[in-house]
Formats: sequence, C-alpha cells, structure tokens
Amino acid sequence: MTIEVKNLVKKFGSFAALDGVDLKVNDGELLALLGPSGSGKTTLLRIIAGLDWPDAGEVSFNGEDALAQGARERHVGFVFQHYALFRHMSVFENVAFGLRVQPRAVRKDEATIRARVKELLDLVQLDWLADRYPSQLSGGQRQRIALARALAIEPRILLLDEPFGALDAKVRKELRKWLRSLHHEIHVTSIFVTHDQEEALEVANRVVVMDKGRIEQIGSPDDVYETPATAFVHGFIGESIELPVQVEGGVIRLGDRPLNLAADGLAPGASKLFVRRHDMLVGPPGSGALEGAVQHVRNFGPVQRAEVALSGGETIEIDAPRDRELRAGDTIGLNPRRYRIFAGA
Amino acid sequence: MTMQIADSVSLSASDAEARAKARAHAAAARNNLRTEPRAVRITIITLAVLFLTVFVVLPLVVVFAQAFSRGILAYFAALADPEALSAIRLTLLVAAISVGLNLVFGLVAAWAIAKFEFPGKTFLITLIDLPFSVSPVISGLVFVLLFGAQGYFGGWLRDHDIQILFAVPGIALATTFVTFPFVARALIPLMQEQGTQEEEAAISLGASGLQTFFRVTLPNIKWGVLYGVLLCNARAMGEFGAVSVVSGHIRGETNTMPLLVEILYNEYQFVAAFAIASLLAMLALITLIAKTILERHLDEGHDVNDN
Repeated sequence: MTIEVKNLVKKFGSFAALDGVDLKVNDGELLALLGPSGSGKTTLLRIIAGLDWPDAGEVSFNGEDALAQGARERHVGFVFQHYALFRHMSVFENVAFGLRVQPRAVRKDEATIRARVKELLDLVQLDWLADRYPSQLSGGQRQRIALARALAIEPRILLLDEPFGALDAKVRKELRKWLRSLHHEIHVTSIFVTHDQEEALEVANRVVVMDKGRIEQIGSPDDVYETPATAFVHGFIGESIELPVQVEGGVIRLGDRPLNLAADGLAPGASKLFVRRHDMLVGPPGSGALEGAVQHVRNFGPVQRAEVALSGGETIEIDAPRDRELRAGDTIGLNPRRYRIFAGA
Repeated sequence: MTMQIADSVSLSASDAEARAKARAHAAAARNNLRTEPRAVRITIITLAVLFLTVFVVLPLVVVFAQAFSRGILAYFAALADPEALSAIRLTLLVAAISVGLNLVFGLVAAWAIAKFEFPGKTFLITLIDLPFSVSPVISGLVFVLLFGAQGYFGGWLRDHDIQILFAVPGIALATTFVTFPFVARALIPLMQEQGTQEEEAAISLGASGLQTFFRVTLPNIKWGVLYGVLLCNARAMGEFGAVSVVSGHIRGETNTMPLLVEILYNEYQFVAAFAIASLLAMLALITLIAKTILERHLDEGHDVNDN
C-alpha cells in the first residue's frame, strides 16, 4: 500500500500544525516521522489514520482518496502513545476486539477468532498473558499488546505514535530491534512518529524530518545524518557545533576573523557554520581555521569532550580522540574536517 | 575530678534517657503519624461521635421507634392504607420517570462536555449545576409559572385538555429538574479523565459508533452511571419542596411519600406518618450502603493507560 499526501494544511486556531506537507510513502516501507514536539508529526499521523481532518490537501492510499473514508473504513492499524488498551477487557479480548466488531456478513466464527488471537499473541511473544487485564501489565507488554490488537484487523497500513515514548531506556532498545524484525516479517507499510533521532535512524528505512508543520528533509538515515538539507536538520540530528558567520566576497568570517574555508557557491550575507563535534580536528596553535583555549575536559569512553573558548569569544564543545590528551589551559588550533554552511541568521 | 566524672556520668545518663524518649516519640509518630496529644485526639473523636449521634443516629432511631410504637400490626396497617399505597406507587413512578430521563440527559451532557470542544462549554457546565443552587420551591414555582392556569402555556394546555400541574406530569417534571445534575455530575469528571483514546482505538479497529458506545464507553463508565442513578433516585424519592408546589396535595392521587408524611403528621397520625418516613429512612440507608460499594468500584481501574 502506498500513501500519498499532498499539500496538507491543518490549523488549530491560529497555530498551523501542518503547513503544506507533501509526502509519498512506498509500499512495505518503514518510515519515521522525526521532529521536536509541536512539529506536526502526530497530527500528520492522525490525519492519515482518519482520526483528524485536514483543513486543506489530499491523502490517498494506492491512488484512492482516503479522505472520503472515515477512520473505520480506512483499515489502518493505529498504535497509540499511551496504548489506549480497553481497560475493562482482558488481553485476549483486547486483541480480539477488531475481529468481533466486524459486520456480521464477514465476521469469522469464534474458533477462527480464537486461533487468530492466539497467533498474534504468539507473534508478540505474550500468549501467556491472555487472561490478564491491561492494568496488570508492564509498559513494554502493553505496547506489544497494543501492536497485536492493531495487527488483528490485518491493516493495510500500520501507524505508531511515539511507540516507545513512555518506556524506559532498556525496554526501548529491545522493542526497537523487535519492531524492525517484526516489520521485516510482516512487511506492512508502516509509519512511526518519534522525537528521538536515535530511534528514527536505527529503525526506519527512510526518515522524514519535520519542524513547525513543514517537512525539512526526507531521506535515508545516512542521508539526513551525513548531508543535512537545512540548518534545522543539522542542528536537530547529531550533535553539532553551530557558529554564526558572514560570507563576503568568497571569504567566510567569524566575527572579524577570516576562516580559511572554501566559500564556493555560497550566497553572501549572514550564515551559519555547522560542524559535527567529532569532525573538529585538533592541531597545534596557529595550524587551523579556528583557535581557542581549552576550558574543561571530560572523558567519555573513547573520546574526550573539551569545552573550548574561541578567540572570537564563542564557546564550543568538541569530541577529540584520546590519543593526544587535552588539558585545561591549552591553546589549540581547530580545523573542521567536514562542515556545512547554511544561509540565514 | 570525681565530681566531674559524676557530672559527666549523670549528664550522659539523662542524655541517653532523653534520646531514648525522643526515639520512642519518633517511632510513635512514625507508627500513626498523629502527633497531637492523646487528650486532644479523644476530645475531637468524642465531639464527632456525639454530633453524629444527636443529629443522625438519634433521629433515625426515633423514626423507627415512633413507627413501631403501636406494634408491628399498626405499622403494616398504616402502610397498607390506600392513601399510603397510592403515595408509594406515585413516588416509585415519578422516580422511575425522572431517573430514566436524567440518565439519558446526563449521559448526553457528560458525553458532550467530556469528549468535545465547543464554545459555551463552561457555561453549560455551570448551567447543569443550576438545580443545585436554586431553592427547590423556586424550581416548583417555575413550573407553576409555565403551566399554571395563568401561566405562559396555561391557556393552550386548557384548550387541549392537557393536565400538567397538580398531576403526575408536573410532579415528574419538577422532580426531573431538581435531580438533573446527579448523573451528569457523576460522569463528567470520570469521562474527562478517561479521555477519547479508547474510543479512537475502537473506531480505528472498525467499530461503529454504537459498538464503540456499548463495548467501550459504557463499560468504562458503568460504575459512575450507577452512582449517579443511585443518588438521583434517592433525591427523586425524597424531594419535597418542588413537588409540594406543583402537586396540589390531592389525597390518594398527587401525594408522594414525603408529602403524605407531612399531611399525616399535621393530622396527628404519628404512627402512619412515621411508618411512611421509615420507608424513606430505609431507602436512605440502602442508598448509603450501595454508595459505599460503588465508590470502591469507582476507585479501581483508574489510569490504566497512563504510565
């Protein structure tokens, strides 16, 4: 099932939750919607599910207008952030719900329903919890039951809203791997929303980065990390050093100091220089584009993280390998191995 | 030198004593978290028990004592009186009508308030409480103004030969008005707390509106509904002021139990008056017990999906 979203707009009062979003999701893909809170990612997911309606724009499944159908007809599996399990039903009945509410003409008989629920509980490895109630389960178990319940209706699309948001770090990591292998197994077109970049980069085939109701970049996890399309993406994904620079006549200046960096094809004016922390190479004083004094050093496993006060007054944090120990008070030269410059203040 | 030693010994002894005392005190405080002196505690508890005895238990005992003062036969004879039977029947009928109506109104109002956003919502919540803040007599008078012979609809009703005032419809209307907030009040906070996620989940799983209501919403609020119905019923059967204004006190026809109690009492028929009153008192006791049980159920199963 492919999903196509065209020029979607959704406003809550004067706040534009979605401000002209275009997106194409391929069949069988596992797509991540990544962005800070308020970026519109959950709104987009809810509109695709039919739980919210856009003010303008189109949504189609396999070329068919989805907005003409209600949530009930769309056949979309939705996993809620807080699970939304039916609290008065056992785990078994929760998973069976979608099968029991089918119109009489297509409803399966009791034995088939039981077999199907059993199969789903096996799939999420929780068959031993069938008779429990949601309040008796741990967060990770509830999440997997919610997923089994959504899969029971054999959805054409699976949508997950912050699927691991409410879980602790260890369970998150396990469930992440599990979700990826599950998707590999069942191969249903899936979209999940997250504000956790690590989650998006690790699980998804493609990542959609959103901010303020707009899509900033769509690409593979490698793309969005290695070649961020906008200043926002560079700042949001991975840890970046961000410096305000001026581009003038082919020269890049930080304050009044010209930096020895290529400025080919850059528009003149105020810009931003982005460097990953580990891409800032340390050399002897006077050897690099930047210069500064080390303020603090802390060790993080294989790297040392140093706070450096640049000669222009800015303070940055860099990650340097530990082969050459830095000490507070050292004066060092810095050279960005890789960097990107985006126009705009 | 020896003095000093003795001093330090006695000092350390009293020190240890004080410390032990403090420790015992702290342990006691930890045990029951009550730090007030015993005398204060006993005084407060005694006051509360005394107050309850004089104002709650004693009247209850008096009601039953008076009802049975001429023996059990007189008691049942008083209840078997045609007027008494008619009052009991009318009270049950009116309670059934107003509880039924308020169940529907309350569900609809609570649903609208808890699950949707719309302008004027705060105003609606305030409006629901109106019957609680208005004197029941005034609630009754409103209906007299509307449906009385000189009222807005009085002429039209007379022309069409419809009797509302001084008849069952008027009594049912006044009772319904007075008891309106109970079901809605019980459900609004409950439904607001539960939110709309389970309903959304049900619909995305293919359930229709009715299936969602009967399989998801209703089971989640059933204890709240029962709680509201229970309180609504107790008030409907016991309502005096509003009913008194619209009833007309026609003996054997438009007297409810509370009205009949007053009439019999004024006629010095104490056994009969208290026999009927004892029924109302028993209703109150049953309501209290049921309320306690329901509250226990209501406390269970909150916040299952928030964690």
